[in-house]
Amino acid sequence: MDSDDDFMSAVSSEDDVLPDDSENEDMSDAEDFDFDDEPDPDLGMSKDFGVKKKVPFDINFKVFHPSDIQKQQDDLINEVNMILDISKEEAAILLRHFRWNKERLLEDSMDKQRQVFEAAGLAQTSAGPPRLETIPGFVCDICCEEGEGLQSFAIKCGHRYCVDCYRHYLSQKIRGEGEAARIQCPADGCNLIIDSRSLDLLVMPELTGRYHELLNRTYVEDKDTLKWCPAPDCQNAIECGVKKKELDKVVPTVACDCGHRFCFGCILNDHQPAPCELVKKWLKKCADDSETANWISANTKECPKCNSTIEKNGGCNHMTCRKCKHEFCWMCMGLWSEHGTSWYSCNRFEEKSGTEARDAQARSRVSLERYLHYYNRYANHEQSARLDKNIYQKTETKMVQLQKESGMSWIEVQYLNSASQALQTCRQTLMWTYAFAFYLARNNLTEIFEDNQKDLEMAVEALSGMFEKNVTELSDPKLKVEIMDKTAYCNKRRIILLEDTAANLAEGRWTFNVELTSGAAASSSHRR
Amino acid sequence: MPPAAGFATKRLGKELQKIHNSLPPGIDLVSAENFEEWFLDIRVLDSNPLYKDQTYRLKFKFSSSYPIEPPEVVFVKLPDRPIPIHPHIYSNGIICLDLLGQQGWSPVQNVESVCMSLQSMLTGNTKDERPPGDEDFVRANRLRPKDIDFFYHDNNV
Repeated sequence: MDSDDDFMSAVSSEDDVLPDDSENEDMSDAEDFDFDDEPDPDLGMSKDFGVKKKVPFDINFKVFHPSDIQKQQDDLINEVNMILDISKEEAAILLRHFRWNKERLLEDSMDKQRQVFEAAGLAQTSAGPPRLETIPGFVCDICCEEGEGLQSFAIKCGHRYCVDCYRHYLSQKIRGEGEAARIQCPADGCNLIIDSRSLDLLVMPELTGRYHELLNRTYVEDKDTLKWCPAPDCQNAIECGVKKKELDKVVPTVACDCGHRFCFGCILNDHQPAPCELVKKWLKKCADDSETANWISANTKECPKCNSTIEKNGGCNHMTCRKCKHEFCWMCMGLWSEHGTSWYSCNRFEEKSGTEARDAQARSRVSLERYLHYYNRYANHEQSARLDKNIYQKTETKMVQLQKESGMSWIEVQYLNSASQALQTCRQTLMWTYAFAFYLARNNLTEIFEDNQKDLEMAVEALSGMFEKNVTELSDPKLKVEIMDKTAYCNKRRIILLEDTAANLAEGRWTFNVELTSGAAASSSHRR
Repeated sequence: MPPAAGFATKRLGKELQKIHNSLPPGIDLVSAENFEEWFLDIRVLDSNPLYKDQTYRLKFKFSSSYPIEPPEVVFVKLPDRPIPIHPHIYSNGIICLDLLGQQGWSPVQNVESVCMSLQSMLTGNTKDERPPGDEDFVRANRLRPKDIDFFYHDNNV
């Protein structure tokens, strides 16, 4: 993903920002971000190199690496630490309590520090740094131990326990329960939070690592504008301002620096152009229905009267519907009573009742067939995308071979890489166009959409065909030009399709045949 | 760092010593033959008609992490020991009480304090009913009490 690379270099180094225009997949247009309560982030992102053409389905987002996440936390903590004149550990506890909303924290703390501190689990008084103490006559309430030289510890609430018990307690919380930000004093009913400095003093180094990792995690999880990249082993987080209630208007696809593209709304893989809610419905339907629907389609008929689905599991053609007791003939679907004496041999195809019953049957099967139509195409693109991925892995070998055999340079064979990338993203989009189309009501917009879909599909299949040629054919300069043209064309068709769908989505122009709960896109015309 | 062997034993030994000396009224030790499983009887001291003249048997199970981890506490049913009726006590004896869960437990609690909490939980109750979904729960549940994710929805009873 070339534009991702631009993006990455822009993130990692502040100066060399010269976006190359060769392959704009245009997903990660980096522009000025404007998040409400952020101190201006440290990355050199805010310079204006948003010279690329802005496409409507693009959304603003930013990738944060682990060090960025740490730095942001530290910056916020330092700021609160200075303004409120409390220790850094206390500032951190307060910030977590306010889900890192610094403005609200400061405002509330100015007004009613007492209540705020109490709610956050902070002591009012400030004492010295945490330390272990040996107090004569001390008995630990947890292990009931006493004795000379028993080391004990207490946070500011003064509930004092021996160091051993404290350690057991903390390691149980951290390791056993995955708790970090809200570990409270072990005393019954004491809500005071144990700060990170006390914790570092008490537990073994291997546990502090885990503890700080968990703390870091809460930063991302506490903030609605941040989400972890779901790719395996990726430690980055993405910041994006799209809110939950906007998800019926926009499909917020983001691309992590690790190359993974996903939806910020639902964390699933990129599913443009279908909005999250349709995706959820579709996946559920597929999980529930697909195999079943295929089987039903092949093996059952419906009762002509009540439409119950019936499997004929042997026996004669005289069917009695279990549900409505309607008696009919399995062969002609006509009334059984009209069969008269010619029982068990149906030769009555021309009869009126049978024809009507079969028509009704055909109509009710349409919805099933309709679903299968979309599902099969959806599944096909999903599978093809997987196959393309295999080919992508072979591409590299191909490129090396090509370099050797045709004397082309590395840069000259990059077109294969671009073609493979284009195939992947376009198929991903195509796949979801079928899920999207399944829920679309028929109207002019839908026709335009289907034309766009068809254009993209034809282009993708053509490119896919060229891409599979062997190395000798690929080295033909004519084919190379064709592939490059086709790649560009595919990307263009995809953008056109997404632009169209995104614009209509944003303005609530689509009519869906299902109710979307979150508002304006809800449809009034139920077609089926 | 799992608690050293004997951590729970030591503490339970001390608790037992104290229990042998004295227990609050309405609480009796039935057996404590090892440091894994104890049985105690509790009675309600006032005249709450729901629990009048009844004695209930409690089973305590301790892990080696006790008291950092809460004990597993259930009512057990015997011919003369019914399961008390209460909107937070299932008919198989499982108790839905936040202080017995990891979130509500404090290592400062002990067997005696748990018994007293249960006593007062019964004393304060006026509802002659089982938790919602009791039948289904009792039929379907195969989990140990500590693995059940109770939702403490009601703090009034």
